[in-house]
Amino acid sequence: MGGASVTTLVLKRLVSGLVTLFLVSLMVFVGTEILPGDVAEAILGQQATPDAVQALRDKLDLDRPAIERYGLWLWDFAHGDLGQSLASGREVSDLIAGRLGNTLFLALTAAIIAIPVSVGLGLLAALYEDKLADKSITISTLIFVSTPDFLIGYLLLLWGAVTLGWFPALSRISDSMSFIEQLHAIALPCLTLALVVSAHTMRLTRAAILSVMNQPYIEMAELKGATRQRIILYHAFPNALAPVLNIVMLTLAYLIVGVVVVEAVFNYSGMGRLMIDAVSKRDMPLVQACGLIFASVYVALNLTADILSLLANPRRRRPK
Amino acid sequence: MSAPLLDIRGLRISTEPARNKAQLDILKGVDLTVHRGEVVGLIGESGAGKSTLGLAAMGYARRGLVLSGGEIYLEGQELRSAGDEGLRHLRGRKTSYVAQSAAAAFNPAHKLMQQVLEVTRIHHDLSNSDVRSKAIDLFDRMKLPDPEHFGDRYPHEVSGGQLQRAMTAMALIGEPDLIVFDEPTTALDVTTQIDVLAIIKAVIRDLKTAAIYITHDIAVVAQISDRIKVLRHGEEVEEQPTHDLLNNPTQSYTRELLKARSRQQHVPSKNHLEPILSVRDVTAGYGNATILHDISVNLRQGSNLAIVGESGSGKSTLARLIMGLLQPSQGSVAFKGETLSPGLAGRSADQRRNLQMVYQLPDVAMNPRQTISEIIGRAAQVFRSLSRSAARSRAAELLDLVDLSPELIDRYPGQLSGGQKQRVCIARALAADPELIICDEVTSALDPLVADGILDLLMRLQEQLGVSYIFITHDMGMVRAIADDVVVMQHGRISEQGRKEAVFSPPFADYTHLLISSTPEISEGWLERAISERKMAAGGQ
Repeated sequence: MGGASVTTLVLKRLVSGLVTLFLVSLMVFVGTEILPGDVAEAILGQQATPDAVQALRDKLDLDRPAIERYGLWLWDFAHGDLGQSLASGREVSDLIAGRLGNTLFLALTAAIIAIPVSVGLGLLAALYEDKLADKSITISTLIFVSTPDFLIGYLLLLWGAVTLGWFPALSRISDSMSFIEQLHAIALPCLTLALVVSAHTMRLTRAAILSVMNQPYIEMAELKGATRQRIILYHAFPNALAPVLNIVMLTLAYLIVGVVVVEAVFNYSGMGRLMIDAVSKRDMPLVQACGLIFASVYVALNLTADILSLLANPRRRRPK
Repeated sequence: MSAPLLDIRGLRISTEPARNKAQLDILKGVDLTVHRGEVVGLIGESGAGKSTLGLAAMGYARRGLVLSGGEIYLEGQELRSAGDEGLRHLRGRKTSYVAQSAAAAFNPAHKLMQQVLEVTRIHHDLSNSDVRSKAIDLFDRMKLPDPEHFGDRYPHEVSGGQLQRAMTAMALIGEPDLIVFDEPTTALDVTTQIDVLAIIKAVIRDLKTAAIYITHDIAVVAQISDRIKVLRHGEEVEEQPTHDLLNNPTQSYTRELLKARSRQQHVPSKNHLEPILSVRDVTAGYGNATILHDISVNLRQGSNLAIVGESGSGKSTLARLIMGLLQPSQGSVAFKGETLSPGLAGRSADQRRNLQMVYQLPDVAMNPRQTISEIIGRAAQVFRSLSRSAARSRAAELLDLVDLSPELIDRYPGQLSGGQKQRVCIARALAADPELIICDEVTSALDPLVADGILDLLMRLQEQLGVSYIFITHDMGMVRAIADDVVVMQHGRISEQGRKEAVFSPPFADYTHLLISSTPEISEGWLERAISERKMAAGGQ
């Protein structure tokens, strides 16, 4: 008997990830299909002649059955052909490339700041459970999690760009800027995101650690004379890793996918705004591509969390 | 006599003061002295405060408890006023702890060697270049397999008995003056317990370490202690050198404890009874793993069949199979001559009613959100088609039958003691008016005196109602006391079966003899006799 080997488990997770992506592709497609309004009319405007509309419909294959169009789309997508934007006629992959890079740049910078800090604060809060440090950490993160992200964004804008004038109010970045200049440009949205996501990660880290603190092996460590610091870091944290890894990956996913509002506040050209614009223009290929890319990010990150927590658990790593 | 190593005077331990809650005293002024090289046994039922006292010897109180009075001197230093840092420096160096469940007391995330050596990492003065070889030497003394590489494994990769020995090695690595053993063998099988016990005894004798040995089993503590202190409800009942306590107990409670182990033998007067249940040539398992191989067992009407074996022998699997919770791949079960459908769904309402089960852990077997009336009454409603109000009055009758006050009827399980809960479970089984009750380790989670009461109740119910029992157990003492017929199981096969008198008298089958001889007896020197007997038997082969 014994547990299945790690390789089999990873393969199983991979397969279920692919199935999830397939289902998502279906939902994205159906979702865009049932959006009200006709694409051709939306593109050509209300003054367009019926002939012109029909010609566009033919060009875009809009009269073919949906199932057929879905099959073609998925086939092309799987081969890396994301199609052409209906609104601008440009390749969707070109439109997305720059935006995705910007989104990842902002998200990863925010993650590099937020995740170590919030996991660290969670550890600190657990270390000083119910003491002043714990309470002030808990309360301040609670304030940030319960304030809407656009409000935090505008407050930071007011403080950092208007009052102090240290940072630009518009977070435009371009290839001609140096890396440091780019970092300077995104400082405010990055800080906003970091504040917004830290609370969950910190609170979950704290809870995950405290939940293993009543285990007999913790008592054993205390009876060996271990310091509280050693108990938290060496005994409790490794056993609390699985939930912490999960929340870290969810945080990352949120940073990549869920930053539309912050992008709008700072006028940052990322994926979120691209998708919103595409939806309002009925630019179906672009919407579908964005949707599927976002879904892939989620699935990949969750998969990473699963695999990492498998590897962190000796029972799974070395089954009997 | 020199000053004692540990001197506890008038120790009080209470629950933490909290609003709306009165402070409860867990220990009500207890004294305890331990001299160098001496082993003191602490014995008592659960809730007596023995673990609390043992931990207090290390200046430790569990969460929610406070050391509220008295003094604890370790080598003349008072621990209650030592402060967190002071205590931290003593723990692991002067004192160490061996916990009941090694599987839970080892951190699953780290290898055994890292954990065994942790004390030397925490207290740098204990650390030197040969701690590792010292640990390997201790593993060797503890008779652990492949001592060189034993420490490279994770806790989940070794057996329970090995973990328990590894924990003793972990306690010894810092050469402490005092080790607190908190029920170190309770979670082990009898044949493993005797090995671990013998090794612990030899090592603490060799290293002249003083120890406090906590257990609820007076037979175990008699083997290892120089002195025994009996505790009850947080107070001392009596304390005497082991020999005197066993032979001249001064308190009636101690006498009861001693008697619980040597209870009256049940006299079977049941010959020529018809079989009520027959298991015929059954093979069964989970998935691809076969757990039971070719099992045939008969239970005679109105009698007691004991199925004994160690963990993993397949005895509980057999019970599940009889109940219809597991389907055999071969063979069948017959009840009163009728072959039962292998699955529960295929059995008639009457057949289901007639087979009832009582489990080891009443806490898990009852819905904590239902009242006793609902728990018992539901069975009466389902099996006897009683109305809600009739079921409630039936529940009250059944409570009376199992010697519980009918006042308990509106309580929740969490408000009852362990013994009371088990009685409720028995009443629930009786609500169906069954002809056969399977008792799966029904007493093993209970204190000896409470367990005795449950067995007395079951025997009385048998006389009154004529119900037949199958006892699933690992306790040979209990088998000897109540069984009519015995089935001994090992590795999913029947190694011996027959009338109790035949099984328990020479010539013994090898495995049966091992089980019987491993069951602790209340007499000094039993451990040494049992071990040397075993060595002779091994040498003779």
